[in-house]
Amino acid sequence: MDWLSPAEWGAVRLSLRVALWATLFSLPLGVLVAYALARWRFPGREVLNVLVHLPLIMPPVVTGYLLLLTFGTRGPIGGLLADWGIVFAFRWTGAALAAGVMAFPFMVRAVRLSIEAVDPKLEQAAATLGASRLWVFLTVTLPMIVPGIIAGTVLTFAKGMGEFGATITFVSNIPGQTQTIPLAIDLLLETPGGEAQAARLAGLSILLAALALALSEWISRRVAARVGGA
Amino acid sequence: MLEVSVRHAFAGFTLDAAFRAPPGVTVLFGRSGSGKTTVVNAVAGLLMPDAGRIASGDWALLDTEAGVRLPPHRRRLGYIFQEGRLFPHLTVRQNLRYGAWFAPKDAPREDMGRVVDLLGIGHLLDRRPGALSGGEKQRVAIGRALLSAPRLILADEPLAALDEARKAEILPYFERLRDEVAVPILYVSHSASEVARLATTVVAMDAGRVVAQGPAAEVLGDPSVLPAGAREAGAVLTARVVRLHEDGLCELDAAGVPLFLPRAAEAPGVVLRVRIAAHDVILSRTRPEGLSALNILPGVVHEMRPGAGPGTLVALDTPAGRVLARITRRSAETMGLAPGQTCHAIVKSVSVAPEDVGGPRLDLAE
Repeated sequence: MDWLSPAEWGAVRLSLRVALWATLFSLPLGVLVAYALARWRFPGREVLNVLVHLPLIMPPVVTGYLLLLTFGTRGPIGGLLADWGIVFAFRWTGAALAAGVMAFPFMVRAVRLSIEAVDPKLEQAAATLGASRLWVFLTVTLPMIVPGIIAGTVLTFAKGMGEFGATITFVSNIPGQTQTIPLAIDLLLETPGGEAQAARLAGLSILLAALALALSEWISRRVAARVGGA
Repeated sequence: MLEVSVRHAFAGFTLDAAFRAPPGVTVLFGRSGSGKTTVVNAVAGLLMPDAGRIASGDWALLDTEAGVRLPPHRRRLGYIFQEGRLFPHLTVRQNLRYGAWFAPKDAPREDMGRVVDLLGIGHLLDRRPGALSGGEKQRVAIGRALLSAPRLILADEPLAALDEARKAEILPYFERLRDEVAVPILYVSHSASEVARLATTVVAMDAGRVVAQGPAAEVLGDPSVLPAGAREAGAVLTARVVRLHEDGLCELDAAGVPLFLPRAAEAPGVVLRVRIAAHDVILSRTRPEGLSALNILPGVVHEMRPGAGPGTLVALDTPAGRVLARITRRSAETMGLAPGQTCHAIVKSVSVAPEDVGGPRLDLAE
């Protein structure tokens, strides 16, 4: 396939990699946070809820700036992680972190909604049959929220592919390192004669998004058919 | 022997109940809101009461003084809920096996095939709960509880969500459970006929308290204990089937007194329990003749309890056992009824509803 230049392929591959890692980390953490918000009553629950949703509401530039302050090489967490050899600043890992943080609310919201739809009476029934909390979650709650998890995963992945504001603020626009598809489109639009290339990448973005949605719909339907009605 | 004693304060309602449940079926009997379900949830561990002790022998599920509060999954109970609560994402077979998977390996287990036969659910095993009828779901729920190797079975109004036909379908399974399974059962009900048919022991509850407890015939025949109200009052007699007559009537023998009932499904020799609703009983000072009613039980007035309205409840000791009759105070005065006087209780055969005649009960058979 030579209809994309090597640089463009690089952006596509990078976008996929960034979105994949953002999703991989958001998934378990998102399910845990969603479960905590849906089922547990603990001090600081509201604070956690606000923290999770902030990236959805704040200007992405601000999220990127905050990431720079905390995860930059001189930031409190970034400095600590740098000693372990984990560097975010101006690397693709930083782009994945930015994408993950920005997409996290989508994951949490989708999973939380599906957990709230699970009747706690079924979980109680499982407990009376001898299942500990962890087993109740694994054998009753989890199978019933699979459609929600799939929806959250797809949303997170798509958001990760398309994240722009926080990424460019946090890790800048470096070809091969942090230049994902949207960042590449942005650069092409500012380059004389780059419109055709930008249009191709835009078309590709639309295609990938549509594919992801269709896939999730298909999986959700199959799972829903297997889980069956109450 | 299960011993329960729980105290718990809710907003505007205090539960303070203590009772003992010997082997067999112990029915928590009372109006809705009397605290029955709360007690069962405390036994299951779904509600942690403020204070109390729940123990079976030396095995304590809850002992607030000793700081013991076992979580639900370590109590080894089979809880049959009103709404079944089957797992929709599992097949019937997987639902049935769910509890056994968590039970200790050395726990005494019911055989899956036997339980499936007992409940008649063999043809449902590969279906999912969504494809079952209400009665089928409840039978599977009974099996699921039974197969979890429980030390105690809890049932919270398991028939309340079913229509009359389905109730009639499920009730015999609970009778079989009582008679064929060694596990004690704690059963919540506000239905007088369920209590009459199932209960070995009755624990009557009202406003969060236990108002009476004891053997079923004793508690149900006590006119001062009316957990479901005077309208639902009715005593329970046990009687042995003598023969089935050609006209469809079933002749029973209740300690020498013949009883004629419309139910003809049982073989001679079988012991049945028959609930005689108090409002279906007519009293007469002399033995009536030329009467259409077939059942006439001679007896002595034990006690009379005037109600709030025009009615009064008369407890009559007959050779067949205690009978309750609900008559008007006016009639009682006209007849000059008083404790110690002889009188006859008249019961129409057809007034005994089929759901008030229970299946055999081993501990009363001999």
